[in-house]
Amino acid sequence: MISREDVDHAAMLARLGLTEAEKQLLQTQLSSILEYMQALSQVDTSGIPPTAQVIPLRNVFRADEPATSLSVEDVLSNAPDREDDFFRFPPVFE
Amino acid sequence: MAVTTTYEPVIGLETHVQLMTQSKMFCSCSAAYAGAEPNTHVCPVCLAMPGVLPVMNRLAVEYAFMTGLALNCQIPEASKFDRKNYAYPDLLKGYQISQFDLPFNINGWITVEAEGVTTRVGITRAHLEEDTAKLIHRHDNGDSRSLIDMNRSGVPLLEIVSEPDLRSPAEARAYLQKIRLIVRTLGVSTGNMEEGAMRCDVNVSLRPVGTEKFGTKVEIKNLNSARSVLRALEYEIERQARALDSGELISQETRGWDEDKSVTFSQRSKEEAHDYRFFPEPDLPPVFISAEWVEELRARLPELPDQRRERYVQEFQLSPYDAVQLTSSVEVSHFFEETVRLYPNPKTVANWIEGDLFRILRERDTEIDTLPMGPPQLVELLQLIDRGTISHGTAKEVLEDAAFSGKSPASIVKEKGLTQISDTEELNRAAAAAIAANPQALADYKAGKKQAMGFLTGQVMRATGGKANPALVNEILRAHLDKA
Repeated sequence: MISREDVDHAAMLARLGLTEAEKQLLQTQLSSILEYMQALSQVDTSGIPPTAQVIPLRNVFRADEPATSLSVEDVLSNAPDREDDFFRFPPVFE
Repeated sequence: MAVTTTYEPVIGLETHVQLMTQSKMFCSCSAAYAGAEPNTHVCPVCLAMPGVLPVMNRLAVEYAFMTGLALNCQIPEASKFDRKNYAYPDLLKGYQISQFDLPFNINGWITVEAEGVTTRVGITRAHLEEDTAKLIHRHDNGDSRSLIDMNRSGVPLLEIVSEPDLRSPAEARAYLQKIRLIVRTLGVSTGNMEEGAMRCDVNVSLRPVGTEKFGTKVEIKNLNSARSVLRALEYEIERQARALDSGELISQETRGWDEDKSVTFSQRSKEEAHDYRFFPEPDLPPVFISAEWVEELRARLPELPDQRRERYVQEFQLSPYDAVQLTSSVEVSHFFEETVRLYPNPKTVANWIEGDLFRILRERDTEIDTLPMGPPQLVELLQLIDRGTISHGTAKEVLEDAAFSGKSPASIVKEKGLTQISDTEELNRAAAAAIAANPQALADYKAGKKQAMGFLTGQVMRATGGKANPALVNEILRAHLDKA
């Protein structure tokens, strides 16, 4: 069972504003997902080196050649808000 | 209150270096963001649209490895990229592609010269990542908002992390300057801190001298010149020493540097701040580097600063001090070598560059490569001295002029009428006049006081407006004195 603090923390990291009801629901759902994933720990992995990738590829590169980018209108077409040719956000300060 | 305990600062640096590629790290957008119209170098990959596939820029990867080799790093056979997750608008996709537990380069070292002492500084790691977007903050009519320009987002960035081996602000500055010199020598970055092509975070803690245990460290973020590294550290060390002396605890935090007020200030406390949830980047296959590839890259390394310094000692018989001075920047060493090629007297050339030329550069706060004067003019100046056309003293004056006008020293000498007087008749008259006007000096000379000679030489030099050939003046004076 994951704790209520875990839910709060994960929501904060993802910048999700959750209602009390949603938090309770997610606590239950996330717990059962993690429980289900526990099945993996039953597999004997001794002697198998850890891997970060399951695709049999390595060293995939491209040449350092610039290509045309999108138009500013296309770049900003999904922006929730814009000002001039910028994405516009609520103020953030360092 | 004065600081009573003697503390030793323990300093480590994280330096971010933008690599000088044409295109971005994981997409083909132009990396030339400086001066570009906002959001014109952006594509679905750097915007992280669903379904896009980042692909590594081979040149950026090679530059990262070459820098690692120049930093004496080990290059593990296998490396990978990871996602560093954090929510801040300088990353629209919510994560930065970086390297977590398998970076490209590990366990290196460089040497750093500060205040006459050479120190070996460990390099923990040098890993490749992508730069972030540029934020602009606007406030007007009671309205505050942040704006994002994505052009810089995705430009290749090499993060070089040092061991906490630095013990003074001067060493930290020298370390940063050395890193800059190395990346500029390699040609992998402009190293231009004012333009943000190189940026630096500093970690610093204090411990009582003679103790081993590290104190609580403070991170100072976003220092944008070698000078601000020096000054921020000087301030921060003093602040921590005072706090420790009065029994306060140093809180582990991130601080900013206010250049105008010359103070560091608290930004956020570390405990609450970061939980990056690194995980392997699923879209990028791992990188395997073979011994052959490493050797191929090693063969592409140019002469590095330490090798160049060593060569100056061997090839030009210069002192280690001179060699450090003359290899302090790529431009200075080019200037020196080109001058020596045309005028094969390294020690003389070294003296002029390190003495008068460096003084001129300091006074005018400029760099050797921005002077209109080049090596041919310095050579011409040295030849004018050798031929006896001008004195050493006059040459300094001519250099000052030539450095900023770019005019040929010979034409300056001609224009200003600075040609040295080697006309014996004129000098004979001046010598006789000086002796006649200073009978005491003559008496002193006869009494064996050799300083009298120097005094009289000075009188003749003054009478001729400093243009007399000093060697000739000496000779003529001695002849006059001996027969007087």
